[in-house]
Amino acid sequence: MEIVMAFVCGFLFMAAIYLILSRSLLRIIIGTGLLSHGAHLLILTMGGLGGTAPPVLAEGVTDFADPIPQALILTAIVIAFGVTAFILVLAYRAYQELQTDDTTAMKGSGIDD
Amino acid sequence: MQVLAIFIPLLAAIFIPFLFRNVRTIHTGWFVLIVPILLVGYYATFISRVMNGNDVLASFNWIPSLNISFISYLDGLSLLFSLLITGIGALVVLYSIFYLDKTKEQLHNFYIYLLMFMTAMLGVVQSDHMITLYLFWELTSISSFLLIAYWFQRDKSRFGALKSMMITVAGGLLMLGGFVLLALMGGTYSIRELVAQAPQLVNESYFVLALVLILFGAFTKSAQFPFYIWLPDAMEAPTPVSAYLHSATMVKAGIYLVARFTPIFAASEVWIWLVTGIGLLTLFWGSLFAVKQTDLKGILAFSTVSQLGLIMALLGASAIAFHVEDAANTVFKYAAFAAIFHLINHATFKGSLFMIAGIVDHETGTRDIRKLGGLMSIMPLSFTVALISSLSMAGLPPFNGFLSKEMFLTAMLTLKDFELFEFSTWGILLLVIAVIASIFTFVYSFYFVFKTFTGKLQASELPQKPHEAPIGMLVAPMILAALVVIIFFIPNLIGEVFIKPAVFAIQPFLYQDPFLQFTPAGIDITVKAWHGFTAPELWLTVCIVIVGALLFTTLGKWQKLYRIQPAKLSLNTFYDFVMDGVLNRTMVNVSKRVMHGSMRHYLMYMFAAICFIVIGTLFYKDAFKISFEGAAPIELYQLILIIVLVLGTLTTLIARSRITAIVGLGAVGYTVALFFVMFNAPDLALTQLVIETISVALFLLVFYHLPRLGKVQEYTPFRFRRLAVSIGIGAMVTLVALSAHSQKLVDSINQYYKDTVYSLAGGGNIVNVILVDYRGFDTLFEITVLGIAGMGIYAMIKLRLSRKEKTNESE
Repeated sequence: MEIVMAFVCGFLFMAAIYLILSRSLLRIIIGTGLLSHGAHLLILTMGGLGGTAPPVLAEGVTDFADPIPQALILTAIVIAFGVTAFILVLAYRAYQELQTDDTTAMKGSGIDD
Repeated sequence: MQVLAIFIPLLAAIFIPFLFRNVRTIHTGWFVLIVPILLVGYYATFISRVMNGNDVLASFNWIPSLNISFISYLDGLSLLFSLLITGIGALVVLYSIFYLDKTKEQLHNFYIYLLMFMTAMLGVVQSDHMITLYLFWELTSISSFLLIAYWFQRDKSRFGALKSMMITVAGGLLMLGGFVLLALMGGTYSIRELVAQAPQLVNESYFVLALVLILFGAFTKSAQFPFYIWLPDAMEAPTPVSAYLHSATMVKAGIYLVARFTPIFAASEVWIWLVTGIGLLTLFWGSLFAVKQTDLKGILAFSTVSQLGLIMALLGASAIAFHVEDAANTVFKYAAFAAIFHLINHATFKGSLFMIAGIVDHETGTRDIRKLGGLMSIMPLSFTVALISSLSMAGLPPFNGFLSKEMFLTAMLTLKDFELFEFSTWGILLLVIAVIASIFTFVYSFYFVFKTFTGKLQASELPQKPHEAPIGMLVAPMILAALVVIIFFIPNLIGEVFIKPAVFAIQPFLYQDPFLQFTPAGIDITVKAWHGFTAPELWLTVCIVIVGALLFTTLGKWQKLYRIQPAKLSLNTFYDFVMDGVLNRTMVNVSKRVMHGSMRHYLMYMFAAICFIVIGTLFYKDAFKISFEGAAPIELYQLILIIVLVLGTLTTLIARSRITAIVGLGAVGYTVALFFVMFNAPDLALTQLVIETISVALFLLVFYHLPRLGKVQEYTPFRFRRLAVSIGIGAMVTLVALSAHSQKLVDSINQYYKDTVYSLAGGGNIVNVILVDYRGFDTLFEITVLGIAGMGIYAMIKLRLSRKEKTNESE
């Protein structure tokens, strides 16, 4: 499963980078969203996907999933959310002030490449 | 005290602004004058000790842990330079008192820079530690820069200052490289200790590199070919500065450096060829182009270049003495003597010539030789001084320049017959070059003095009515001119007191006797004004005088030849081309091409670089590995989820409208939450569901607020590069993940948490206990992050400058 998940993460990263390299601010932010999903899944995968029970003490269960990556991801999700919310509002305000959400147009020249 | 003496001028400089502000009736220069006079007296007390071969050493530990200390090392060479610096310094200060007006000029700046320079020069010539030598060396560059741009309102001054700064600092940096190499090879920064190790150093592999780098420093500072171009432009400085820095002292720092390192590097053939060859080339070039100049100071600048080349060539010849058996009986030992002798002579006559040029400028208002003429009867004293100095420069008796030029010719004649290093083939060429250069020296010396002082007076051309300079202004050049004559009559006394100790410092091995403690006084060199009729030097001089006089009388006819050289084919054009065309324009073009402000391109560069480095390392280190061992089994419903995830991602990629992309992202988020459920992570699944919901709501909020313009449906144009980079990053992540998974080095530490979660922390949910107990600090700061994000969002929305305020602020 880990092998398959490695490819899934790679795919998510690829899509994220492709979107981040686009002109529209919204697409860029969607790209960062995909990037954080990819990163979270990667952390989980790298911790190992074995284990048959959630990491909660219960009678007779010994084969827990690894709790450490889960704690790390929980922290990362919250931070990614904070940052996403911030840049979304930033994009919204930038739009209000500049009347465009095209990063090339924001540069001022309007000429790309 | 000895170390402190170096810093006395710098310390005195502190008081200059107070004196300038508060004592306006007295010219500030009078206070400054005390410093060099005191120092001359102080250094004079060392003469007798140094004459007897006792070097004087004093040190002050500056950075003991790095073994860097200020060492004042006074042997013959250092003492001679120190006396020159302070002596000529005193005369220049005296001259400047009359040259610079105390009401119109910013005197405090001038004297602070000048005193700073004096400290720097004293430091250069006395430092035994190479790092402090470099330190003072750069201080001379900086103070010279400040002095050249003293009249900073003028464009030309600033240009000249910048040019000299660029060239000398470039050379200084290369020299620092040479110093460091040398110190690494020798294991010490002390020049004295390196001299003692010279025989072993020759075999080191970086010896020649260090040699060349140090020569770069010396050649740029001493205005050797092709680095001389800054010197004529530095003539925009006030004349006392030109007299002091650009004839007598700073340009001789390079000479000093070559002389100081001769005992270390003389063993190398490269050194001999470079120093002699470049010296002669500079001598020839400088003398040739001096006749072309029409500015008095321009002539003197090129003449300085040429004379410095002569001294350099002699120092190169003196290095040959290290290769000759029984050198004490050959003529090469004269070379160092002649170099030092000419150095003293040049300081005297060139200093006085610059001062005369300044006087002429001051009293007539122009330095253009085409407008000058017939000043002899108006300015008789200046004329006398100029004549004496010029004839000395031309190498005529009974002036000191004659003696050193004779010795120069002797050295070049001997070089011709030298066996080693193919000198016997090329030596005759060197002699011819030397003779031609001497002829041109004769011509420009006459050109300088006679075109200015004889001929017809063109009173209408002159901006001012010419008259004789005030006597105070003439004192300094008169003292120097007197020295010119005096040295001619007592050369052997000067030789005994100053030159032989200096020669002893340059060629110590020559006079080394294992049994006898040799002293400089034992060097058996005497200067003869008269060699007898059989000596070839005499006939060479006669030949130089005859051809020179012929050329001078026909000057008007052949001076036009200089016009053949197109203005574009000069080293200055090359310098401008390099600085402006190559460096400036290329750099601007490169930054325009690379830094055009598009974020997408920067991101593209970054991602491509990351990809390249990581994948490259992976394959270079042969780290890629794939193993299925320990992997969890694949379930069918997992595959279904993966398909959903991939489809959601593809939707965001190819979506033509934004709303589709947002929904696609939401789908991906919820699928990830389902993954968390599958992989036994309930807390993650909960958080992910909630946060994905809020995020999508936020996205929609933003989308909703995008007005009309944003509603134009944008289809992302397909670009190959973009796709390539993103596929590269995706592949990189996959490869790294596979390799990391396939080669686990150590087991997880999670067993500890599983074992102690209840016994130590009293909880059952391991993830939550980790978050608030084991690793509670992370959580604290994650809360802080959320808080900051919230406050940031609030500030962004609430705090706005109204249009009016904004325009005010931008003004």
